[in-house]
Amino acid sequence: MSFDFTAEGPKLMMLVYGIVAFAAVVGLLLLVLDVLPSHKDRWVALGLLAPAGLLLLVGLIVPAVRTLILAFMDADSDEFVGLDNFIWMFTDKNSGMLPDFGADPVQYGVLLSTFLWVLLVPTVSTSVGLVYAVLVDRARFESFAKSLIFMPMAISFVGAGIIWKFVYEYRQEGAPQIGLLNQIVVAFGGTPQQWLLDGPWNTLFLIAVMVWIQAGFAMVVLSAAIKAIPADIVEAARLDGVTPWQMFWQVTIPSIRPALVVVMVTISIGTLKIFDIVRTMTGGQFGTSVVANEMYTYSFRADENGKGAALAVLLFVLVIPIVIYQVRVVRRRRLEGAR
Amino acid sequence: MSTGTETVVAAPEPEVPRTAAGRVRKKLTSRTASAVSLVIALLWTVPTFGVLVSSIRPENEIKSNGWWNFFTNPQFTLENYNQVLFGARSASGGLAGYFINSLVITIPSVLFPLAFCSLAAYALAWTRFRGRDWVYVGIFALQIVPLQMALIPLLSFFNEGVSLGGVQVLPAWDLEGPGKFITVWFAHTCFALPLGVFLLHNFMAELPGDLVEAAKVDGASHAKIFRRIVLPLIVPALASFGIFQFLWVWNDLLVALIFAPGPKNAPLTVRLAELAGNRGNEWQRLTAAAFVSIIVPLTVFLSLQRYFVRGLLAGSVKG
Repeated sequence: MSFDFTAEGPKLMMLVYGIVAFAAVVGLLLLVLDVLPSHKDRWVALGLLAPAGLLLLVGLIVPAVRTLILAFMDADSDEFVGLDNFIWMFTDKNSGMLPDFGADPVQYGVLLSTFLWVLLVPTVSTSVGLVYAVLVDRARFESFAKSLIFMPMAISFVGAGIIWKFVYEYRQEGAPQIGLLNQIVVAFGGTPQQWLLDGPWNTLFLIAVMVWIQAGFAMVVLSAAIKAIPADIVEAARLDGVTPWQMFWQVTIPSIRPALVVVMVTISIGTLKIFDIVRTMTGGQFGTSVVANEMYTYSFRADENGKGAALAVLLFVLVIPIVIYQVRVVRRRRLEGAR
Repeated sequence: MSTGTETVVAAPEPEVPRTAAGRVRKKLTSRTASAVSLVIALLWTVPTFGVLVSSIRPENEIKSNGWWNFFTNPQFTLENYNQVLFGARSASGGLAGYFINSLVITIPSVLFPLAFCSLAAYALAWTRFRGRDWVYVGIFALQIVPLQMALIPLLSFFNEGVSLGGVQVLPAWDLEGPGKFITVWFAHTCFALPLGVFLLHNFMAELPGDLVEAAKVDGASHAKIFRRIVLPLIVPALASFGIFQFLWVWNDLLVALIFAPGPKNAPLTVRLAELAGNRGNEWQRLTAAAFVSIIVPLTVFLSLQRYFVRGLLAGSVKG
């Protein structure tokens, strides 16, 4: 027992300062708002948007533009090197980015691994979420059953990483297993495996963790969409004598298509940036690294700003189509909704 | 992990079958349905349960046999928690200090975005000016820009300030010790704005327009409308976004690793990732540590789940 409470004092003071600052800022903003000429919407809007706008500018927009520039500069951000960082990313055999199918075990490389994540996590977690949402719909204990699947969303990726690392834990053959997965394998007469060390399958075991976290999100959104299907459509289909199977494919799925798209897109974006799980469970070793982990390693561990920035830009480029699609949807809805 | 879709047969309320065969099939399908949902539910809860059980088992028990043996041979201890929370050796965790760091980081990082987002959302929903739609769409689009794009420059903005053409325009922040928390608050606040404005705007735009118009006719200023009419009505929305932001900040690793390194500032997630990396076999500490970090967000989440779900739906389905 050596926990020193006095050492925590300054931190807690800082918290108090933070809350006081918050109160002061809110008070000031409301005061300014009162003073502003209220009949001129433009000034009011400017006053209201100014704090958020300024923070966005300083914290997101300017840094993003700077990262874009850094991506074309060298490791110390001194000289422009043209496309070198991107050429390195896509052609250099030693960068670890490219797959090496000749190696033993097969190396997916960072780019292909990331692609696998973005392909598998949205599809599998949406399928599981959808199946579960359909199965427990109007069942007894529905909300309790949903909470169970939903719970991992409250757990940090780091926490989830540890939980699953424990499931995958390996002990030598013959010794009692302490990891659940190997215990099951042994119980069925198999030999225990080092799930997180042996490529190329280890990437799949990491992906499973992300699926575990995201399925709850998919389930909640899709469940709400299923409940929103107009009763008369379901009733009409039932009168036509469709089987449950047909009902699922021909009524449920088409009716919830917009929600399905939103869920898949949201999970894809989240998965593209996946970092914590890889960092916690393997540290990106054993051929499990992904773009966001490399970005962190190059920028903040290896002091290679150019390469790190280029990897960040790659993430950005990959979401651009999604951004454009979403913006078009939002704009259309906004125009329709305009009074 | 994945469950084949061929088992999906329980469409909402199947009709009472008219034939005997139909009745048999219905019974079978509902049985498969229950089995499949049970399997999924187990897969989603057992891993966490295993960690919880392990965290209260003695060290040599955890390391020598599986947690399921607890039920045949229950041995209970709180020593693991004592070790990870208050242990003196660096190996043991010292999580109590990190727990406080997490709190100090999280609370202001939730409060500030709430204030800034609700003001901005009000402007976008209830004032009229040219280019309003473009500002709204622009903020929405920023939501999707990867965090990674902002990290390197933002860190140098804090550490080196801003210089243009060799002239120092803004000084470095030069924060030490507890002061470093400010940079974390700042970063989290910036990153929270796009989603926050978007969510709160969606709620505000749905408030009855007559209410606001009537107040305007009565000569109420925007400040008054915001405080007296809009703010009380969007409390559920504020709760939704607040929980979102709370979970996001409490569970964040990346931002904390970059802006709050070191034991004086780092939150639980950073310490936990460190323990998992360096002491991956010390399961007695890892399991207890994992639970210390999970318990707060889990409590918040379970007690306020309704608001959280509402926020999720507003952000993804309607939006």
